[in-house]
Amino acid sequence: MKDTEQNPGVPIMDAEAIRRALRRIAHEIIEQNADLRSVVLAGIPLRGVEIARRLAELIREVAKIDIETGTIDVAMHRDDVGTRAELPVVHASKLPLPLEHRTVIIVDDVLFTGRTARAAMDAISSFGRPARVQLAALVDRGHRELPIRADYVGKNLPTATREQIQVRLQDVDNEPDAVWLFKE
Amino acid sequence: MSTNWNRKDLLGLRELSPEEINFILETADAFKQVGTREIKKVPALRGKTMVNFFVEPSTRTRTSFELAAHRLSADVINISATTSSLTKGETLKDTARNLEALHADILVLRHSSAGAPQFLAQRLKSSVINAGDGAHEHPTQGLLDIYTIRERRGKVDNLHIVIVGDILFSRVARSNIFGLTKLGARVTLVGPSTLVPREFEKLGVTVSYKIDDVLPTADVVNLLRIQHERQRKEYFPGIGEYTTLFGLTKERAKLLKPDCLVMHPGPINRGVEIDSEVADGLQSVILDQVTNGLAVRMAVLYLCGGIAT
Repeated sequence: MKDTEQNPGVPIMDAEAIRRALRRIAHEIIEQNADLRSVVLAGIPLRGVEIARRLAELIREVAKIDIETGTIDVAMHRDDVGTRAELPVVHASKLPLPLEHRTVIIVDDVLFTGRTARAAMDAISSFGRPARVQLAALVDRGHRELPIRADYVGKNLPTATREQIQVRLQDVDNEPDAVWLFKE
Repeated sequence: MSTNWNRKDLLGLRELSPEEINFILETADAFKQVGTREIKKVPALRGKTMVNFFVEPSTRTRTSFELAAHRLSADVINISATTSSLTKGETLKDTARNLEALHADILVLRHSSAGAPQFLAQRLKSSVINAGDGAHEHPTQGLLDIYTIRERRGKVDNLHIVIVGDILFSRVARSNIFGLTKLGARVTLVGPSTLVPREFEKLGVTVSYKIDDVLPTADVVNLLRIQHERQRKEYFPGIGEYTTLFGLTKERAKLLKPDCLVMHPGPINRGVEIDSEVADGLQSVILDQVTNGLAVRMAVLYLCGGIAT
């Protein structure tokens, strides 16, 4: 966690708030998808994958249905390679195939410019043509640069562009679940 | 998440750290999966231009690089020795500067002189990828061999890798030796004493002249192609004698452990360094090497070519 004396993080969500937000998203997914068995939760590495896993667990508890999860890599689908000093790490995508007649829900921790979501949609289309693609994010911090909106949002958080949002999850970061805001 | 990779060129495995080698292999894992998609293409290097500059003939390495670039959405130009101005007396540096003037972002170079890729890498802003320079290195071949071993055996360290053939003139052998020893493998070189001098032991490997003594403990046997078009009489015993002494014949293959992998960089001389039954047998991973070569080259192009210049 980026926590210095000069620049302490502001806690936005604790473990309990994250749990409640994910539970609400799980209920919304159940409500909005009559055929739950056709749903695939596709997480964006790293934290989106963990959030997708937790959502699948919550949906199993409530609806008694095992829904499939997957991983969707966006690094090799980004539009800014060669313009950034550092290259994003690429990961293998893993999706249950075929995607035809299925609903793919892209899952990420933070929704910001929308460019990652766009890259994820691009990546999904190279695997096939799902019936529907939806988007779920734990935090929507605004500042979209593309015409993209989320179907499921854990928390809407108005921010300044220069601020940073960091999501920490126990299984990924080995830190307690939390969402932090850092002022620049 | 960003990478710790900060090289614009890949000239050899000798100068890479074990961490850098492993990072290329992990990146290749991600790119290998692209080959199984319905649309086998990602936009990672869209707008970049790769020049395949092959001053020495090669089909499989050149096409592998070409397909790798296409799968990353880069544009590709192929230049071979016969079509280039090198035959008209232009120097390597002038040719390369001309390529750069065309705004080539990545230069893949195959050259008969050791050090040619390094010479250009120091002078050009473009990324330079060594696709084989003289008897020096062939890093992507070394990487794809290591990738294949790691994929099949789950690890590289503590495995016993036997490389058989003309080691002295082999850039494939050198890249394998550097990469494998860095990752903790035990390497034994086997071949005629004229082609496997004891000096190689300075690189941390074992040298042997009796293949039958080595095969029973091998986890991997990598057979190098006998380049009979290049062999000089004073070094080489003759094809029939070579097969008798060092060829992986059907009979000799019985000495191998059941899970030992048989590898060959291709193209195969069936009946010379390897019998057909062995090349096509269950232990052979020769075609896996070809598939993996594509993934490894995508990874190398992405890492070297994707860095902002």
